[in-house]
Amino acid sequence: MSAAFELRGLTAAVPGEKAAIRLVEDVSLHVHAGETLAVVGESGSGKTVTFTSALGLLPKPGRVIAGQALLEGVDLLTLGPEALRRMRGARIGMVFQDPLTGLNPVFRVGAQIAEVLRAHLPLSRQAARDRAVELLARVQIPDPARRVDDYPHQFSGGMRQRVLTAMAIALGPRVLIADEPTTALDVTVQAQVLDLLGDLRDADGMAMVLITHDLGVVARQADRVAVMYAGRVVETGTVAEVFAAPRHPYTIALFRSIPDIEAPPGTQLAPIAGSPPEPARRPAGCAFAPRCFAASEAAGCHATRPPLTGTGHAAACHRQGALEIAA
Amino acid sequence: MSALLDVRDLRKTFGGGQTLFGAPRPEVRAVDGISFTLARGETLGLVGETGSGKSTLGRLVLRLIEPSAGQVRFEDTDVTAASTRALRAMRPRMQMVFQDPYGSIDPRMTAGAIIAEPMTAHGVGRAEAAGRAARLLAQVGLSPAMAARYPHEFSGGQRQRIGIARAIALDPSLVVLDEPVSALDVSVQAQILNLLAEIQARSGVAFLFIAHDLGVVRHVSDRVAVMYLGRVVEMAPRDALYGAPLHPYTVSLLAAVPRPDPLKERNRPRIRPIGEIGSAASLPTGCRFHPRCPRARLVAARGGDTVEAEGTRLPSACVRQDPLLAPAGGAAHLAACHFPHED
Repeated sequence: MSAAFELRGLTAAVPGEKAAIRLVEDVSLHVHAGETLAVVGESGSGKTVTFTSALGLLPKPGRVIAGQALLEGVDLLTLGPEALRRMRGARIGMVFQDPLTGLNPVFRVGAQIAEVLRAHLPLSRQAARDRAVELLARVQIPDPARRVDDYPHQFSGGMRQRVLTAMAIALGPRVLIADEPTTALDVTVQAQVLDLLGDLRDADGMAMVLITHDLGVVARQADRVAVMYAGRVVETGTVAEVFAAPRHPYTIALFRSIPDIEAPPGTQLAPIAGSPPEPARRPAGCAFAPRCFAASEAAGCHATRPPLTGTGHAAACHRQGALEIAA
Repeated sequence: MSALLDVRDLRKTFGGGQTLFGAPRPEVRAVDGISFTLARGETLGLVGETGSGKSTLGRLVLRLIEPSAGQVRFEDTDVTAASTRALRAMRPRMQMVFQDPYGSIDPRMTAGAIIAEPMTAHGVGRAEAAGRAARLLAQVGLSPAMAARYPHEFSGGQRQRIGIARAIALDPSLVVLDEPVSALDVSVQAQILNLLAEIQARSGVAFLFIAHDLGVVRHVSDRVAVMYLGRVVEMAPRDALYGAPLHPYTVSLLAAVPRPDPLKERNRPRIRPIGEIGSAASLPTGCRFHPRCPRARLVAARGGDTVEAEGTRLPSACVRQDPLLAPAGGAAHLAACHFPHED
């Protein structure tokens, strides 16, 4: 089965003083219809840049210098601006973290949803408005026929996120990219929005990419996961595989640093020393080596970049074999 | 022995009165009658969603904002009645750490000056303060040589270490921490949580730890208070609260936390409160959680004295009577619910 959305060797960079600074390097990912791929990483890991690059939304002077972004077989990176704009929205929808910036405060939410519809479809004003009411109902906004005429500030944070979701799915996209869609929301509302996204994916058979820093959200929502660190995918596999037996020391360390609500009392947290390197200061070898509990000179951790190896469940680590023996 | 901190029926109301054009302005009861104590060396975790009033409560305790009513006693002195001068004399003993380490420190001061400032403000000589600042940097895991650097040269985690060093510079007995790790990545967050535990073990400082992350709060707290729309709805020793929560709001909060375990996540029933928190400007009648409460709906379905409300039938107690925070499990386990032992 071919993937609904696939990145191959995506590399994006900004000009630097001497050489170009690579924000993301050689990122390969795919997601099938009806499936959720979670992309996990800390701030600066490149998880958001990967997808803004793929969709032609990377702010200047950043640009994609290598790779492909295939949406149902069509490479988005070869499309002109107008064709790309038609593709976004119609075939690939996006939901971002901050529900306030995604909505225009001076227009009624119904008008904003209708605008999305009319930009792509030959609909009358009334027909677009009726569709907007239907979409608000689909994202479970109570009393949608009345709320369609409200302004964004009349909605709570969770309701605004639902409105943005309605806009993202308005044209029936095959792929939905949700970038930290629940990070700004309280935990009870976060759970409601995640339920909604899961239900929409199942009902429409969309492929979903969920960008998050929260491993709990990954466990709840995703089928497969890609862990990013310093601009690269360092581990990927099914959620079951990666959570049961993480292979990359970064993933292993990440699990040990989360305070879990059901951990036995007195459990110590094992933090990862230091902080992730900035894109311009990534070390020559494995970018995680300076913080890694398993790094060694003999394995070449500080000298060369480890490739992503393994079929299905893969990790980019020189010490993989040794770690499995130790574990 | 009396408590380090004793908070009684504390209230803060914003707004009210009239607007410029004579229209009534809604009164927001941000903190609406809260009482608790904190012992020396203890950590009380304070959790709640946006709009629950938890940050306002933290500021009231230190009298960074003036309460509308109620009393705060700290080391047997009435903070709420203290003169400006008396309050200033107490400041070294009660400190605060904020969420955004960048917003709460002056970008034009060096790290050394930021940490030394509270000391010189309270009469420590400059040379002495600089020496102590260097030692504090080492205590929070930074190099004393970093004293000459400016805030923008530090990462988020390092800036929070500076904020903590400044807060503990005068050896306080109480530090209020308002979302101290929520702006940090998980790997860095764990470093700061461990640092706080070390500082507490060494100095015996008490923490009022305000956060929305239930995992973080469980990790650091001895006792936990759950806030909802200006009230504490449940307060208990940590393991009692997490192991056997009694208030339906606490139950649904804990159920909503996504846990890093795919097997448990997939098999877990979806217990969700209805809708969102609402506003402290228009509080519901009776129990303020009743419009969202899944338990009230279950209890009403089993019969008893019910009334028509929220488009369904709810127990009349929930709609009409404001439940008090009262012992419900053991003496130390308090819950404000008419039906603390129903499922």
